Amino acid sequence: MANSYQVVVCGGIVPDPLQTLEPVAGPAGPALKNEMMLPAVLDPWAGHALYEAAALARKFPGSKVYLVSLAPKAKLQQVMMTIAQRVPLELVALDGPGGGFTDSAETAAALAGAIQGIAGLDRSKLLLFGGWESASRGAGSTMQMVAERLGIVDQFQGVDELQIGEDGSLRILERVEGGQHQVSVCDAPPALLGWATGNLGEPANNAQVGMQNMRTIMPSLQKAKPTQLKSGIAFASVALPKLQRETRIVKDASVDEIAKEIADWAAAE
Amino acid sequence: METILFLAHTEADGGLAKATLEALEAARALGGVLIAGLVGASVEAAANSIAGCGASKILGVAGEAFGESRYSTDAAAAEAIAQAANATVIVAAHTSRWARALPGVAQRLGAAVDTHVAALSADLKATRWYYRQRIEGVIERAARPRVILLDSGCAPAYAGAPGAAAVELVNVEITPALQRTRVIGKQAPKAEQQTIRPDAAILFVAGAGWTKKQKDGQTHVADAGKLILDFIGSANSSLGSSKSLVDLSGEGQAVLPFLSHLNQVGQTGSTPRHPKGLATCCHGEEPHVVGWRFIKERRAVNLDANCGWARGKADVLYVADAFAVIAKVNELLKAKS
Ligand SMILES: Cc1cc2nc3c(=O)[nH]c(=O)nc-3n(C[C@H](O)[C@H](O)[C@H](O)COP(=O)(O)OP(=O)(O)OC[C@H]3O[C@@H](n4cnc5c(N)ncnc54)[C@H](O)[C@@H]3O)c2cc1C
Repeated sequence: MANSYQVVVCGGIVPDPLQTLEPVAGPAGPALKNEMMLPAVLDPWAGHALYEAAALARKFPGSKVYLVSLAPKAKLQQVMMTIAQRVPLELVALDGPGGGFTDSAETAAALAGAIQGIAGLDRSKLLLFGGWESASRGAGSTMQMVAERLGIVDQFQGVDELQIGEDGSLRILERVEGGQHQVSVCDAPPALLGWATGNLGEPANNAQVGMQNMRTIMPSLQKAKPTQLKSGIAFASVALPKLQRETRIVKDASVDEIAKEIADWAAAE
Repeated sequence: METILFLAHTEADGGLAKATLEALEAARALGGVLIAGLVGASVEAAANSIAGCGASKILGVAGEAFGESRYSTDAAAAEAIAQAANATVIVAAHTSRWARALPGVAQRLGAAVDTHVAALSADLKATRWYYRQRIEGVIERAARPRVILLDSGCAPAYAGAPGAAAVELVNVEITPALQRTRVIGKQAPKAEQQTIRPDAAILFVAGAGWTKKQKDGQTHVADAGKLILDFIGSANSSLGSSKSLVDLSGEGQAVLPFLSHLNQVGQTGSTPRHPKGLATCCHGEEPHVVGWRFIKERRAVNLDANCGWARGKADVLYVADAFAVIAKVNELLKAKS
């Protein structure tokens, strides 16, 4: 198997999911309260894409992983401190808004532009990876538009598995309705894979990888292109849902009493 | 006045899915000129089933290649229909197939696209969620064309009488470039039993507590597995899981073999829609509970009276041992049926 791949992973950053989020009106539309102060993580599904990319690159020597990210530079730098320890990669950074209230079409245009700017990209080796949905906008539409801009019409979303065949074909499992996977085989790259959870855990930290990465990550952050997004979306309202329910706490009831209540409730129409 | 294109793909049996009929009803409610567009191996049966929907015409792209859920052919078909319809607004169901294809079609058409729309008003204000169901936004767009993908369960399904419909076929040439991908088929995850049932009235969520040491200092994973599957069977429910529990399963520990990441509910899992949900041995932490946004009635069983569910996240929290309670519930449910 002499294949090697250029895996371009698009991944943004999102607030740590354990943080409390509150929408506020910002100068350019809705934003999150204290957005720049919230600790950020790599967007989880894009993170899975990155780990799958790294595993693929390990398996096929000569492969290379790029991470293309549009985010406020300072926040991206914080997140990269952790990510850089885990996966050998080349960062392509764009300095711009990374929040959820932006338009995916604009984000896609910026990402596609950055990818087109990668020197020596070879379409016959190109695998475009991303998360199938972000944890911010949650639209699941950015990657398709990036791929269209790059002329890629073999596209897969909700991917949980990629296997490379002896003949270099791509066998892909995608999530479909009813807890099933669709199995497809694509002849060869280029292809887009929007990843769901996949099968890999987070790679362990590796100080050596970290040191190697940092040599290139800092310069990429320094030359991150300032990117503005103009949105065609007007927000009529942005609000937290009414979260609180009146929780009835049943303590000190017998197992029989509780079971009867649950069974009656479960069986009621 | 808007020209509304209702865009649908057929299912394997040639008919239209419930989510698709819901999108049709939402499209009809918008007023304007309605055009229907159908994609499938053959589209007559589907066209006849919506003959009375009030569409001024029904466009179709048909052929074996369009019976498959595949980006290249789906995008080509949808693009051709959208162009033939010259629509200002395109409404479709957020199925896995359209969710994959239509954002790229929007790019080709120079259209704006809004996905996961949970409600659509007559003046085209779309309600959708941000930050994994944590913030709700209502959005408007002046841009046309505009593609709108509606989540299932957000509108009543179209239920008009079938009739005889005429379909205007739109030709799409199938070039080799559109056939680089072959669809092999569907496969259920490793589990022997299908535990994910989107149409079930109740979602049963299992948390990592089922695998933890219990009051006798031991774990009882085999018992847990049996109790959970018995409940799924006797209550005819769908099975969800917390992340911690599926992560354990993935790490090859002696855990519940019928669970996979597809069962995971929450921030990095699914957000299913069911009228009722019962959480067991699950702490109810925020990244989990955001996946419960569309579960109407919520109850939980947990040993800990201070778990997340107690803090306004469930309607009822039973502070009790889930092993004992679910065993008894299963008995009662079996007796009922
Ligand atoms: C980036 C990120 C994304 C995440 N995404 C998700 C997600 O999508 N989904 C998700 O679920 N989590 C997610 N999490 C993890 C989440 O924060 C919690 O860690 C997880 O939900 C905890 O799972 P749990 O409640 O099953 O387990 P635990 O926290 O271990 O809770 C076990 C519970 O079982 C109870 N228990 C034990 N024995 C019994 C018994 N006999 N009877 C009754 N109760 C019993 C205990 O009291 C306890 O409350 C995410 C976290 C991060 C950082």
